[in-house]
Amino acid sequence: MSAADETSRLEEHFDRTIAREQRIEPRDWMPDGYRRTLVRQISQHAHSEIIGMQPEGEWITRAPSLRRKAILLAKVQDEAGHGLYLYSAAETLGADRDELTAMLIDGRQKYSSIFNYPTLSFADVGVIGWLVDGAAICNQVPLCRSSYGPYARAMIRICKEESFHQRQGYELLMTMMRGTPEQRAMVQDAVDRWWWPSLMMFGPPDHDSPNTARSMAWKVKRHTNDELRQRFVDMTVPQAEALGVRLPDPDLRWNAERGHYDFGEVDWAEFRRVIGGDGPCNARRIAVRRAAHDDGAWVREAAAAHAARQADRAGRGAAA
Amino acid sequence: MSHDNPYEALGGDGDARWAFGTGFTDPLAGVDTTAPAGVDGGDLAAYCLMLGDDALVMSHRLQEWCTRAPELEEEVALANIALDLLGQARLLLARAGQADGGGRSEDDLAFLRDAPDFRNVRLVEAANGDFARSMARLLVFAVWRLALLDRLAGSRDPVLAAVAAKGVKEVAYHRDYAAGWVVRLGDGTAYSRERMKEGLAAVWPLVAELFVPHEVELRLARAGVAVDPSQLRAEFDAVLDQVLDAARLTRPDAARPGEADAAQEGPADAAPAGAGGRDGRHGTELDEVLSVMQSVARALPGATW
Repeated sequence: MSAADETSRLEEHFDRTIAREQRIEPRDWMPDGYRRTLVRQISQHAHSEIIGMQPEGEWITRAPSLRRKAILLAKVQDEAGHGLYLYSAAETLGADRDELTAMLIDGRQKYSSIFNYPTLSFADVGVIGWLVDGAAICNQVPLCRSSYGPYARAMIRICKEESFHQRQGYELLMTMMRGTPEQRAMVQDAVDRWWWPSLMMFGPPDHDSPNTARSMAWKVKRHTNDELRQRFVDMTVPQAEALGVRLPDPDLRWNAERGHYDFGEVDWAEFRRVIGGDGPCNARRIAVRRAAHDDGAWVREAAAAHAARQADRAGRGAAA
Repeated sequence: MSHDNPYEALGGDGDARWAFGTGFTDPLAGVDTTAPAGVDGGDLAAYCLMLGDDALVMSHRLQEWCTRAPELEEEVALANIALDLLGQARLLLARAGQADGGGRSEDDLAFLRDAPDFRNVRLVEAANGDFARSMARLLVFAVWRLALLDRLAGSRDPVLAAVAAKGVKEVAYHRDYAAGWVVRLGDGTAYSRERMKEGLAAVWPLVAELFVPHEVELRLARAGVAVDPSQLRAEFDAVLDQVLDAARLTRPDAARPGEADAAQEGPADAAPAGAGGRDGRHGTELDEVLSVMQSVARALPGATW
């Protein structure tokens, strides 16, 4: 059998596995494009978890009650854990965490643009939990059925924790809305600032999304960007009403014919600007990550040197 | 959770406090909070503030590492340690507020006291410095606090005994974590070894204060409620020396050749009597901690969180 025949046989097997809704595992044969797409998607997701620690992490030391401080600290810790988990999933595809980190801090790989917006008050912590984590869950729940096994399994655990975070965020907002007029104003202000960027989290509209078709054929992705965005809006509107906040969109209204909420046009020029690096916090987010990496280099080198010396001692001990 | 509608759990009863980790308001619920017979409530409250403020301020300094740690595993570990100490602080501050009869909550005590009313040792308020200095400080703190909590688990006060029994397990991990890094850095590269030596030297002047008893500690120790910190030094030295040996380092106060005479005159790091954090004497570094920690809470009086 020729090499070309062998490849086409493997490809057939891969396609059948996908069609039967079975999982692809790390040692299975897979097309290079599938591997590249997954490494790109999983590493961007990992980077987003790690960069996403910053906007809320800035409020841990300033949290206004010890209970809120504990909740926020635990949440940001979870995000570091999700990042670790996802980098491990990427490593099952042959990627290297150090290399992925290098690509993040020199701008060769991206992270979710939502984290390029600033957190201006403690209400932002609640709104990020409610809207940003909510949008992330809408995006991520279908990934629990991703065709790539390690990613799907990581997403099941991550979605469970994200769901806690979302509830905690919403509960903070509920509490603040029952508080002083100033607190209610803080919540409304935060909703005004985060609503549109949250809708951008689902990515460009379907007619402008180059990767969607192939990712859906491979069952790496299960729904289009616009489908998920609509689902998010439909679920969020009743929550906003229960909370007593106004979503900043004059075109937002129920469409009985469609059975969905109509909503206004996202500012796609802003979306492209922020993705392109020109958001309010792009430079700061990368600078913080780069500083942590650079400042920690001597610590990692020391750990490696110590481990090598230990192994050397153990080796000599075994030889003796 | 539903895989189709992650939002469904949010609907309905707006008053429900169902969020994970947020469902309690009284950290001492279920614990017998009666003060032991013959123990002064004011003394008990003061002692709880001492141990509670140590944990609260130490936790704050560890929180400052968030998003700045040298590796993601360290992000997770440092946050974990900060969370443990924050939990200890909450229980101890709640006990303090309850014991003195003033009815102040954990948040009143954390956010509405000024620096002179804080009772933490000065070790915990010092700035982090680099990772080596932070690990030197965490090692010193954890070795000392573990020795303290180990004895406090036998306290006549049921709340202190319960807090200590829980804390022993947590702080044993904090000590092991810090010890691991002190060894790695001391026995790592030439550069890390220098950083580790400098970190230890920077922390060392704050060590003696840990073992100077306050009169409240002495009174409560006689009543079987508290621990006299001067009793902890031998264990502290033994544990620390074991770690430093493995790191091929020595205690900064260890007598060097030719300095034996000076060493015999008493430790150079002895704190002057009455000038410690237990009496509310702090450095400007505590002001820095509090100006951040209390900023939001104080900017919105009357707010509920």
